[in-house]
Amino acid sequence: MSPQDIELFVALARARAGLKIDPAKTYLLESRLGPLARRENFAGISEMAAALRALREEKLIWAVVEALAQGETGFFRDRTPFTTFRRELLPTLARLRGGEPIRVWSCACGAGQEAYSLAMIAEDAEGLPPGTQVEIYGSDISERSLEKAQAGLYTQFEVQRGLPIRQLLAHFEKVEDNWRLTPRIRQRVRWRRVNLISDLTIMGRFDVIFCRNVLSLMDAPYRRRVLESVAALLPPDGLLILGEGETAESITDAFRPVTGRPGLYVRNPAYRAAAA
Amino acid sequence: MERSEAVKTCLVVDDSRVIRKVARRILEDIGFEIAEAADGMEALAWCRAAMPDAILLDWNMPVMNGIDFLRLLRAEPGGEAPRVVFCSVETEPDRIREALDAGACEYIMKPFDGDIIGAKFAEAGLV
Repeated sequence: MSPQDIELFVALARARAGLKIDPAKTYLLESRLGPLARRENFAGISEMAAALRALREEKLIWAVVEALAQGETGFFRDRTPFTTFRRELLPTLARLRGGEPIRVWSCACGAGQEAYSLAMIAEDAEGLPPGTQVEIYGSDISERSLEKAQAGLYTQFEVQRGLPIRQLLAHFEKVEDNWRLTPRIRQRVRWRRVNLISDLTIMGRFDVIFCRNVLSLMDAPYRRRVLESVAALLPPDGLLILGEGETAESITDAFRPVTGRPGLYVRNPAYRAAAA
Repeated sequence: MERSEAVKTCLVVDDSRVIRKVARRILEDIGFEIAEAADGMEALAWCRAAMPDAILLDWNMPVMNGIDFLRLLRAEPGGEAPRVVFCSVETEPDRIREALDAGACEYIMKPFDGDIIGAKFAEAGLV
């Protein structure tokens, strides 16, 4: 990969997905783009870069952007947000919403583990008022990740990081050496390809948005744009959950942190007033 | 409760010396003091001498296998205390269920790595 190739990939990832990629991390570019170049039948990454320059083919551009957007995901990653969701957010919202569906969005769901973790919590929830409905939406920028998410099929390694064994037995079926979520859990999640830096108003209203480990991959102006557009999808009592080490208050006034709950945010009513 | 201040102990039970060595290194890194046993009988002798906080337990071993050991352990005085994490090549749901019914808290399907041991010990409330 020449410096010009690196520049091209970094610029594409920024323009199309708001990603911030450190050009010095050549190993990252190589590990993401090498397999893609092989799949697309190029002799190597540089040949793929040459093709991009010559043709600017949308399909290939997106394949590159998607490969570079991939983050790490896992079932019940970091645990705390899921415990908070199960013990506090879900029971409170169930009471407040009555029979109205509670809409929860995993907005950068990768291969689907976060959305399915939420679906398992909703399935196992006890003591909610009768008629409580929980709708779970999973979205990602990567078509490939979404295909995997939709299949609900995970390797033995993937189901052993963060997923308690009793949950594995309760909600998965063994398929040869892999594990597939039961149809019951799979049917609980609706999938959609979403680029977070595009217009999100078409997504409708959400009560809880899990936006974890994606802002940290983005360039500063895009972080702000994403936070402000997801704020517009939340009702005044809606909640935003960010990843470990991610904050909203340093980026925009749209959210207020919930005291004693790192990563949990509510909309800032003052910001709403200013926008109106 | 006074034990929580002290270093936690983990008994690694596996007939493979290589597996014991790998597990020892991973568990020492997350702060456990390690004892080793090569089969269920040896493990039971260890437990009668000093009950560990945690046991990483293989299933198929000579002399006495893991599940027989676990059932005997749970019937021993103080034998309900250790958190037992099974660690086996058995991956059939019915077999896993059998291990949980016998008193295992968590279950690792081999092969494992440091991340998996860390995650499973966290699930078992050990870290």
